[in-house]
Amino acid sequence: MKSLLKRLGLEGRTVVTAIPYLWLLLFFLIPFVIVLKISFSTSQIAMPPYEPLLHWTGDKVMQIKLNLGNFAFLVEDDLYWRAYLNSIKVAAVSTILCLLIGYPMAYAMARSNPSTRNILLLLVALPFFTSFLLRVYAWIGILKNNGFINNALISLGLIDQPIQMLQTDFAVYIGIVYSYLPFMIMPLYANLEKMDLTLLEAAADLGSRPWQGFLKITLPLSKPGIIAGCLLVFIPAVGEFVIPSLLGDPGMLMIGKVLWTEFFNNRDWPVASAVAIALLLFLVIPIMFLDRAQNAEPEEGGRK
Amino acid sequence: MATSPRATQQKFEPWTDPDAKPYVRIEKVTKKFGDFIAVDDVSLSIYKKEIFCLLGASGCGKTTLLRMLAGFERPTSGKIFIDGVDMTSIPPYERPVNMMFQSYAIFPHMTVEQNVAFGLKQERLKKDEIESRVNDMLNLVRMGQFAKRKPHQLSGGQRQRVALARSLVKKPKLLLLDEPLAALDKKLREHTQFELINIQETLGVTFVVVTHDQEEAMTLSTRIGLMNHGEIVQVGTPSEIYEYPSSRFVSEFIGSVNMFEGRLVEDEPSYVRIGCDDLEAPIYVDHGVSSAPGATVWAAIRPEKITISREKPDATDNWAAAIVQDIAYMGDMSIYLLRLDSGKVVRVTQPNIYRHADDRITWEEHVYLQWYPESPVVVTK
Repeated sequence: MKSLLKRLGLEGRTVVTAIPYLWLLLFFLIPFVIVLKISFSTSQIAMPPYEPLLHWTGDKVMQIKLNLGNFAFLVEDDLYWRAYLNSIKVAAVSTILCLLIGYPMAYAMARSNPSTRNILLLLVALPFFTSFLLRVYAWIGILKNNGFINNALISLGLIDQPIQMLQTDFAVYIGIVYSYLPFMIMPLYANLEKMDLTLLEAAADLGSRPWQGFLKITLPLSKPGIIAGCLLVFIPAVGEFVIPSLLGDPGMLMIGKVLWTEFFNNRDWPVASAVAIALLLFLVIPIMFLDRAQNAEPEEGGRK
Repeated sequence: MATSPRATQQKFEPWTDPDAKPYVRIEKVTKKFGDFIAVDDVSLSIYKKEIFCLLGASGCGKTTLLRMLAGFERPTSGKIFIDGVDMTSIPPYERPVNMMFQSYAIFPHMTVEQNVAFGLKQERLKKDEIESRVNDMLNLVRMGQFAKRKPHQLSGGQRQRVALARSLVKKPKLLLLDEPLAALDKKLREHTQFELINIQETLGVTFVVVTHDQEEAMTLSTRIGLMNHGEIVQVGTPSEIYEYPSSRFVSEFIGSVNMFEGRLVEDEPSYVRIGCDDLEAPIYVDHGVSSAPGATVWAAIRPEKITISREKPDATDNWAAAIVQDIAYMGDMSIYLLRLDSGKVVRVTQPNIYRHADDRITWEEHVYLQWYPESPVVVTK
């Protein structure tokens, strides 16, 4: 084996670094190319439900048929635009809510004493021991008209009629924030936990009250954690399908749901692929933004 | 031991003046962490423009005492006054005190300039005043051309200067320095010691320095407070601490010393004779000791205060016969380890005055040691 690799001019190091590239090639690039290919084809009722791009005419001529109609359709029909924008809005609001809830939690965890810290960390990870789907279903039981919250409020005499919570945007936000909160907390915690606390003492020594020290020292130094946490919540939340379809209003426009409908209900693979490609482009932009922000900064995570 | 640069200056000894008012007063301060007593009933007076060093081994409570002066820890009992104001329960951000941290604690996300300006911005000063004070301070520590740099672009010595500038720019009444030179290499450390003293004299700020390095304490300080197990063992000028240690602990902590255990055989107001099992001749000391005759005492003699000769001295006191066991040539001086008949090893240092001495004392030679009556220090504890 070794001599074979040698003969091929491969060293152990090359082989090791090749593995992740091979993984990305097999499970990211090739599927992406397939989806990209389908997005340029034309729908037909057949198996598979799209026409091939390459067509052998039998006249020693190879025809390539690129159908740009799918993308044009995305632009023409404002359904897609509204779905994209609504998805981004829902994801952005959820990300901000996760940040507002997750930051104090991560902060408290990072500042608690080391023995309770591990327990708290375990508690944050605990929901992952149950199926994601099950946890979202559990929210139906909590939020529905004769669910836990409404029954409790009615029995306390605070309300007469149940409040409609399920199948509203509110329920979707609860579902997304609940499901993605750990992804916000973890990178923030990792960042805050390694912060040098003498910096805060130095700030206090120079005249900062505790809240000023937080705003001027802790917050700017935790920026890499904030960016990482926000991306980990924002990106999957944009394409989220399960939570809006289980908890949300059936009429709520989310791109994940549109994609599902195109694919399974309309069986229009080319348009579904075009939606996926466009979504990917939407998501690549924030990743590039993160990449640039991180490269522009020195290793110590300063600003400017 | 390096000579203090203060030796050349005008006498500055406010602690000898009964009318002088202490600038910092620590009154019966105790700090407990659970059952552990970090600082045990410490009282200290520090005067304006002093460089006061708290010296001690790690864990002796010196840093805790410093942190109480800064306000990061609150005393379990006792009070701290700075310039006559009770500071005991005032939070750090309201104290007229600044601290230079051992790790420097420079804000990594700010430039040198922003770091130094931080404290002034907290005071909400005018922009141009902040700018001019920051510039002055950066020029004083010779960091003017690095104002726009980020901390990770600086060397250790440069970071130290930034930390110093940042803590001095607010014109504190008291500057606390936690092991200020520990992170620097030896050459830079020596250089920086003198620079620190110059800056202190230029600005006239009172310094309290915490260090475990006796040489650093000796060079920097006007007075040293030696600490052990949370207590102040002795307070004095560097030469007082070195030449007049009050206990065995002090004499052994500062520099090296030969300790002879013995009993008082003659106890007069003007002199004492000490009989010591390790020595044939008694030790004669030209000052009285307040201790009962027959009591166990220790005579501490510094290695440089003993002379070596080949001839038997014509004296009844203060000599001993020995064999040269080891010699360490250090360049400027040599260290001799001499074995007495009793087996006790005595350390003697001699300056190498001549470049080549052919009849230099060598290994296994039989020699005699001698010292002056004023050389030993008699301690009773």
